[in-house]
Amino acid sequence: MKNEDIVICRCSDVTLADLYELFEQGYDNFEELKRIARVGMGPCQGNTCAKMIQWEIAKYFDRPLEACAIKNIRPFTMGVKLQAIKEAAEDED
Amino acid sequence: MRTRADYVIVGGGISGAAIAYNLAKKGETDIVVIEKSYMTAGATGRCGAGVRQQWGTKMNCTIAKMAIEFFENAEEILDYDGDIEFKQRGYLVVASNKDEDEQFAKNVALQNSLGIPTKHLTPKQAQDIVPHLNTENMTSATFCATDGHLNPFTMTDAYYKAARRLGVKIHTGTSVEDIVVENGRVQAVVTDKGTIKTDVVINAAGGYAKQIGDMAGVDIPVFSQNREILVTEPVEPFQNPMVISFSKNIYCQQVPHGAFIMGRGDDREPGLSTESTWRFLDEMAKTAVGLLPPLGELRVIRQWGGLYNMSPDRQPIISGTDEVQGFYMACGFSGHGFMFAPMTGLLLSELILGEETTVPMDELALSRFDGKDLEAYETSVV
Ligand SMILES: Cc1cc2nc3c(=O)[nH]c(=O)nc-3n(C[C@H](O)[C@H](O)[C@H](O)COP(=O)(O)OP(=O)(O)OC[C@H]3O[C@@H](n4cnc5c(N)ncnc54)[C@H](O)[C@@H]3O)c2cc1C
Repeated sequence: MKNEDIVICRCSDVTLADLYELFEQGYDNFEELKRIARVGMGPCQGNTCAKMIQWEIAKYFDRPLEACAIKNIRPFTMGVKLQAIKEAAEDED
Repeated sequence: MRTRADYVIVGGGISGAAIAYNLAKKGETDIVVIEKSYMTAGATGRCGAGVRQQWGTKMNCTIAKMAIEFFENAEEILDYDGDIEFKQRGYLVVASNKDEDEQFAKNVALQNSLGIPTKHLTPKQAQDIVPHLNTENMTSATFCATDGHLNPFTMTDAYYKAARRLGVKIHTGTSVEDIVVENGRVQAVVTDKGTIKTDVVINAAGGYAKQIGDMAGVDIPVFSQNREILVTEPVEPFQNPMVISFSKNIYCQQVPHGAFIMGRGDDREPGLSTESTWRFLDEMAKTAVGLLPPLGELRVIRQWGGLYNMSPDRQPIISGTDEVQGFYMACGFSGHGFMFAPMTGLLLSELILGEETTVPMDELALSRFDGKDLEAYETSVV
């Protein structure tokens, strides 16, 4: 399969070829890749792509896997509607 | 790492980027930028990236207007191959009481006198622009069609790529730990990776600007505060302008890829925490659904926090200081340093090189606070 056809980040539609292109430009860590290519910013919050990207960074830059940090875990674990948050907050008031 | 440089810039956010680029473009290319984390790790990568000209002080209006003129042409000027996603879809500023309405009438007069095309609207006219706006308890609104927003990551990337091409060196993952001052002059910057001798150090450390000032023995009257923000799943476009209200305490926009980004400014203890809280989430949900009801159906997918660096009068400090020769700063942006960055870079480079500055800078000088009662006078702040 060609690198252009291998989708690494489904939420933001980033392929392995895109990733290699960014590596070549010098983006060599998850935080910078996230900011420039939106990997890990979509609805799945990196739960699909983060490990694969970590693996690709380690391979490409020849670093130990443990030396390649992945994403910060931030809330939320899954999407919640604003209306639901509002209603729950009003129930507490 | 280099052991000598003409200029050392502390901080790899949009301010550090714009300053490095402007100095380099003026021919001063022996510049090192030191960033303790990665580029845009600070407020720049956490901000709403909104740009508006609807301010209450002449200085803020003037700087914002000139910055927008730069953003309109930034991709060509910086020869950037990416997309800075500058969209001018306006800012709708909602007034919800008589005092605010009266203040806005003054603001609009000021803005118009400076060539900013803001209009004062009735609630009905505001609804023509944002059909899902709840106009209950709304007094009036102001709208400026040339306000807008950008992608903060690519905008900063554009500056840094241009700066690099001009020879600027950038060290990420490197922390400034001390500044050596002797006989009232900057001598060197000490980092965790080594010492760089220099005559000029520029403090663009955002939320950490006070700490960097302390290292050089310069007391900067700023403090930092956590501001929280959230993003929803992307949906089809249905809101063009940024909607903000100072009294309701909200800003909310739909970005080009479809997500809504929104934040508010709950008064917090000064500090360096950027934690996410449920209190923010509760208040944000109530305010957003109240003002823009259909947003209730959107799922929040992420929330985070970042530091506002507040100055006593809510205007930036872009300045040198008589106390320490060679020490300059660009900080105290009070929540609007992203949009001012093109002017931050231009003005500070002019000041450092002793050129005539594009706008008079007394109102931005550190010395404006000497012995004065430090009172806020820019009230148009979320
Ligand atoms: C939630 C939120 C929303 C915002 N919305 C807007 C908006 O809509 N429009 C707008 O114009 N502005 C907005 N702002 C404000 C804007 O983000 C900031 O004013 C602007 O990004 C400041 O840029 P900076 O480069 O000066 O600072 P920063 O981006 O904070 O950069 C400072 C850098 O210095 C580094 N640093 C700190 N200490 C050291 C050290 N000792 N050694 C080396 N490096 C160090 C940090 O890691 C950081 O990367 C918002 C801010 C927040 C938090």
